[in-house]
Amino acid sequence: MTAPLLSVQNLSKSYGALKVTQDVSLDVREGRIHAIIGPNGAGKTTLISQLSGQLRPDSGRVVYDGRDITRLDMAGRVRLGLARSFQLTTLLPGFTALENVALAVQAREGSSFRFLRPAATEGALNDQAMACLADVGLADRARSQAGSLSHGEKRQLELAVALATRPRLLLLDEPLAGTGHEEAARLIAMFGGLKDRVTMVLIEHDMNAVFALADTVSVLVYGRIVASGSPAEVRADARVRAAYLGEEAA
Amino acid sequence: MTDLSQALAPARPRLAGRLKLALCIFALMAAVPPLAHALGEPFLIVVATRMMVFAIAALSLDLILGYGAMVSFGHAAYLGFGAYAVAVLSRAGIDDLFLHLLAGIAASAVFAALTGAISLRTRGVYFIMITLAFGQMAFFFFVSFSTLGGDDGVALTARSTVLGMPLLQGAQGMFYVTLALLVLVFAGLYRLTLSRFGRVLTGTRESALRMQAIGFRPFPYQLTAYVIAGCLCSIAGVLLANQAIYVSPAYMSWHRSGEMIVMLVLGGIGSLTGAMVGGLVTIALEEGLARYSEHWRLGFGLILVLVALFSPGGLSGLLRRLGLGRDAT
Amino acid sequence: MFNLFLLQLLNGAQFGILLFLVAAGLTLVFGIMDFINLAHGVLYMVGGYVMAMMMGATNNFWLSLAMVLPLTLAVGLVLEVLVFRRLYDRSHLDQVLATFGLVLVLSELVRIIWGSAPLSVAMPEILSGSVPLAGPVRYPVYRLGVIGVGLGVALALWFVIARTRVGMLLRAGAANRSMVSALGTDINRLFMLVFAAGAMLAGFAGAIVSPILSVDPGMGDSILILTFVVIVIGGVGSVKGAFCAALLAGIVDTLGRMFGPIILKSIMDPAAAAQAGRTIAPMLVYVLMAAVLFWRPAGLFGRSVAR
Repeated sequence: MTAPLLSVQNLSKSYGALKVTQDVSLDVREGRIHAIIGPNGAGKTTLISQLSGQLRPDSGRVVYDGRDITRLDMAGRVRLGLARSFQLTTLLPGFTALENVALAVQAREGSSFRFLRPAATEGALNDQAMACLADVGLADRARSQAGSLSHGEKRQLELAVALATRPRLLLLDEPLAGTGHEEAARLIAMFGGLKDRVTMVLIEHDMNAVFALADTVSVLVYGRIVASGSPAEVRADARVRAAYLGEEAA
Repeated sequence: MTDLSQALAPARPRLAGRLKLALCIFALMAAVPPLAHALGEPFLIVVATRMMVFAIAALSLDLILGYGAMVSFGHAAYLGFGAYAVAVLSRAGIDDLFLHLLAGIAASAVFAALTGAISLRTRGVYFIMITLAFGQMAFFFFVSFSTLGGDDGVALTARSTVLGMPLLQGAQGMFYVTLALLVLVFAGLYRLTLSRFGRVLTGTRESALRMQAIGFRPFPYQLTAYVIAGCLCSIAGVLLANQAIYVSPAYMSWHRSGEMIVMLVLGGIGSLTGAMVGGLVTIALEEGLARYSEHWRLGFGLILVLVALFSPGGLSGLLRRLGLGRDAT
Repeated sequence: MFNLFLLQLLNGAQFGILLFLVAAGLTLVFGIMDFINLAHGVLYMVGGYVMAMMMGATNNFWLSLAMVLPLTLAVGLVLEVLVFRRLYDRSHLDQVLATFGLVLVLSELVRIIWGSAPLSVAMPEILSGSVPLAGPVRYPVYRLGVIGVGLGVALALWFVIARTRVGMLLRAGAANRSMVSALGTDINRLFMLVFAAGAMLAGFAGAIVSPILSVDPGMGDSILILTFVVIVIGGVGSVKGAFCAALLAGIVDTLGRMFGPIILKSIMDPAAAAQAGRTIAPMLVYVLMAAVLFWRPAGLFGRSVAR
């Protein structure tokens, strides 16, 4: 068996007495979608933030593509192909959708120490950005300011920006939150289509989406992984039903 | 500095409107010397020159404050480096304007790179205060330098020459050279803010987190902008020394730095035209009030307080609320 | 040499105490309201002028000093009600604009009323002597008094902050600003109180310094910038930090001016040393601040900022 693309080893983090991540270990294989589910406050976003480099763990290691990246910052990880989308959108509100994506293309290609040529006139930049927008179905909103987009459109743009960094591994923090039925269905189809190109770690509350997409599911409760396995195994796990799925049903 | 980015976010001005306004200002300014002669008020040329000098300074500050959300409270230091470059070089027998500019820019670049690298480790109020501290260091350096006149400053024997020609000797020559440099600085900054570099700088202002999430580390870009702003401000310093034929540490006092922020806030930040208008209007206001009373600061201060209280966003905010020129500044 | 050192150390402490009196209120204003107040130094100046005016009227030091407190408190209250409270939720830039304008207005008002020439204030008879310090060296009683009073104020502030309900609110606010607004309704009164008390302390500092230095329209400017340095070194919002940083800055500044040239003379020729000493000494506090911020970007006692 090949080495996993992302290997999380004994990750722990606390805020004072509150342990938000407790000895978490998981492997993500290339070409898979690995879902992390758990009740609210289980520490899912905190975990993603440690994987993306926004937060430093107190102990443990994050190994990506055979390389220890525990101490690497977010920008460095993005350049290695590890991108994330945010649950609360952090788009640049004053930039148009196209400019938001073009900036991500620019980060990857060529120098940004170019001072005189207007970036808007760079065809290559705009073309690639447009392609990413088209991928998420947002091409017709390219000229709109990100701040004026609807909630669902912001989620789509968030994805387009992440894709524009050409990730090998994409960390998705509740990409479907707040989207309508149709948008959600379209995004789920898109994730399915992306699977050949991009490995994904998916945090999601929408169980239909999780069980439709994921190859592996890990269940996080109070910062600890209580179960991990195929969707069917996890669904059948008594502890999971007690700790999580039962809670949802109640 | 989230409050800053939020304040800026909705009003990203249309480009064409900004350019039009800038061209109008340049055309108006170019007409000042003949107009002043026709009115028999030649001192207006001198006043207008000072206005443009500070418009250049305000423009340079707008790059870091308006576009980069780096509120520097020590920007007057660079005015001083430009001015003292003229004083030091002309004392050494070097009179050429371009060499003066070069020296001022070089000194500013070194100072800005060193102090900027340290200052950018801090955020918010701390950044404001540490830039203030570095400005004060520069100020006290020149205050205590008795060979350069110390506290009293030093008078120049003559203005800089341009390629051996005494182009700056007359008020009119001084005026047009200043105008030309103002146009150049504006045009350069205008292009820069639209460039790849400008996008990274503006993006960092709006969300540093987002920029990191797409692979940018803000520091080198912010530092570069900080250095560019310092260099451009030293151009204003070189012109200021020439205009006054006198150099003094007072150019670098914290009052000057505060005044530059005032210019920006009055005119509206992050649009370049706002900075230019702010610089022109502030100096015009000061000079105008000073002709009425030696206690002009009272009136000027009152105006600032009133604008801050009742017209957030400065002049451009006022225009916007009146429904005029939404795209203008 | 040791005596000289002791003397300068006391002078430094006395200067530091003054800085602390001005900085105490301002650091709370910075920390709790996130408010940039450039006009704080002007209140120090107003304290000096009110003192000079009362001395002229009554010729009684103690009565004048007693009058300074309510008067500067009133000035602080008026400014808070008229200007500051409208700016709490605005950007730093609007605050800079308004308070910079206030500096101009108040300094110019002072010039119009009292003129630009420095005024002097007579020391009270009983404090004008000096006491033996070590061997032949004597130290002025008045300066010792300033140090004593400053320490007393520091102690009182510590008591208020550590032991009272208001102090609890202040500590909570400096640690986490959103917490204060969550604590309920009297937030506006708390802000007003902090402002007015800060104004009074600054005015008090200006009053007690008036017999040592002269009273002039520029006095607020020079202390304001040093106050900022103190606040930033100590950590914004921390009164304890302001106290330590004020003493540190006062001593570094005083000793630097005195011993800088002496030390330099041992490594270079006297003329150059004198020049270099004059150049470097006033910059020392700023170097200190830059160094502190380099290693601790949030100051000595500040909470670390997430980067």
